[in-house]
Amino acid sequence: MASVSLSKIVKRYGKIEVVHGIDLDIAHNEFVVLVGPSGCGKSTTLRMIAGLEELSSGDIHIGEQRVNDLPPRDRNISMVFQNYALYPHMTVAENLGFSLKIANRPEAEIDKAVAEAAEILSLGELLERRPAELSGGQRQRVAMGRAIVRHPDVFLFDEPLSNLDAKLRAQMRIEIKKLHQRIKTTIVYVTHDQVEAMTLADRIVIMRDGHIEQQGTPLQVFENPANTFVATFIGSPPMNLLPATISGDARHIQLEDGTPLPVPERLQSGVTAGQSVIFGFRADNLMPEGHGLTLGSQTASFDLLINLSEPLGTETVLFGEIAGREIQAKMLNPRPVSMGETLRCQLDMSRAHLFDANTQLSLG
Amino acid sequence: MDINQQHRFRKYGLKLAHFLALFIAMSIICLPGLWVVLNSFRPTVEIMAKPPVWIPEKLSLDHYRAMFGAVGEGGVPVVRYFMNSLVISITSTVIAILIGIAGGYAFARYRFRGKSAIFVGFMVTRAVPGVALSLPLFIVFAKVGIIDTHFGLILAYVAMNVPFSIWLIDGFFRQVPRELAEAAEIDGCTRWQAFWKVEFPVAKAGIASAAIFAFLTSWNEYALASQLTRSVFSKTMPVGLLDFTSEFTINWGGMCALAVLMIIPALILTFIVQKHLISGLTFGGIKG
Repeated sequence: MASVSLSKIVKRYGKIEVVHGIDLDIAHNEFVVLVGPSGCGKSTTLRMIAGLEELSSGDIHIGEQRVNDLPPRDRNISMVFQNYALYPHMTVAENLGFSLKIANRPEAEIDKAVAEAAEILSLGELLERRPAELSGGQRQRVAMGRAIVRHPDVFLFDEPLSNLDAKLRAQMRIEIKKLHQRIKTTIVYVTHDQVEAMTLADRIVIMRDGHIEQQGTPLQVFENPANTFVATFIGSPPMNLLPATISGDARHIQLEDGTPLPVPERLQSGVTAGQSVIFGFRADNLMPEGHGLTLGSQTASFDLLINLSEPLGTETVLFGEIAGREIQAKMLNPRPVSMGETLRCQLDMSRAHLFDANTQLSLG
Repeated sequence: MDINQQHRFRKYGLKLAHFLALFIAMSIICLPGLWVVLNSFRPTVEIMAKPPVWIPEKLSLDHYRAMFGAVGEGGVPVVRYFMNSLVISITSTVIAILIGIAGGYAFARYRFRGKSAIFVGFMVTRAVPGVALSLPLFIVFAKVGIIDTHFGLILAYVAMNVPFSIWLIDGFFRQVPRELAEAAEIDGCTRWQAFWKVEFPVAKAGIASAAIFAFLTSWNEYALASQLTRSVFSKTMPVGLLDFTSEFTINWGGMCALAVLMIIPALILTFIVQKHLISGLTFGGIKG
């Protein structure tokens, strides 16, 4: 039971700096997900919290204690690895009880703790098996069981679901969320999958190239992305981005082919005439007439030539072109769409975004 | 003939060819060994007969009786040689494997200056034939005064086995994912405990096979032993085989009998460890 605080942590390998002074405060019981493309420093950050990597500079506190120089065993953390790292020469029960055995706890206590963890994760029938005899999902559960047995202050997950197939991943995602509700512990979870991040996190921390790009609740980062990177990284399909300029009267956005669109009302104070911007909107806000949601106060209409459609059942993702750039739209209550068909679409301008073309930062 | 049948015939044909090839290969490998065993049980006349007698007419333990008999009547100090071989082989294997574990682990897990150069250097030492080393070693050992001692031969065998053991064990530790030790450290182990409680047991099968190699190398080695040992105090069994040669004759039967005694412990050891190798470990701790 503890908070985790990172201040200005830096990691260098030789001359290459991979984590550039990250600050992050994680509250007690919070579920924080570090998400970003591979090589963004998220796993390195997690491993520094675990004590598996040394800090080049900066401080890490777990609870009140500065843990920079503590070995992993003294930090009272648990970690679930991407490849599970179960001990192949031990049975499931021995795997689960290993940390308590190392701590020289009495046999009875170990048995009780193992039984408890096995019950939480329904591993009861597997206790005498070896890891080699388990399926991927079962190994995953054993790895989680091994982590909860010792009642750690902080749980660390390093891409724990990336080795599972899609169906099992969705199932384990729910189990992890339930587990967090049940055991109430601070969790730091690393993933490159934005869906996992959105569904699990109390707070998402989006990283790129060793920096934190944005942090906030899943809905905050979805609705108010701080820059174009976050806008395209969070949400599926990614946000459509079109280069544009602000017109002379600062009331319109002009796309590359000259199409004028009204500047969203809430953004009007943030733009200047002639400014180069990137106009962004989500597929969910561009929908064919009669196949959309209730629109906001400000709308624009397009004729969209459909190049490709992906029917998903409840909705269909449409691929078309605006101003020569490929964009995606969504169709609710879908009907069959044929290629080359032109659909009249409505864009909800009140939910659109503008980013500065130079800094890529949000103007909202 | 329809196409299915054709395929079936081809499959059987291939299988037959496969078995035949295996049989020939195994015959080439095993026949000399069988011949040695057979010869140890039959009279010298039959061994020397031309054309060879393939099916022995009469088997006896005469050669064994003579070998364990008095020195004048064709006997050799078998027990003594056996003990020498055992002491020297086991001691040198244990030392070589301990060094091999430490070295192999270091090569598998740590980065240090000149790592690959040292590694290549180890391999190069293996390229030098034992015979070529025997004279220089003899001179050095003679000066130091460790000719004809267990210690001298153990030293030579440790030096011979360490590079190969490190190379083999390095490979096995590489197969043990780093995360296992990391998980153990997070579970409360020190670095040392993580090694002995997790990494070592997982790589144990590989280490055992390295030990067999080291033991058999020492047990069978002749070129060095023949130079570095002089008397019954340190002669090993391979050198002891020479006791059956005299100026004009070679006692083939006796030699074969001693050779059989030499093979037996090696066989037993291999069987024991092999069982352990197969039964024990399947790497399942990580995503399969």
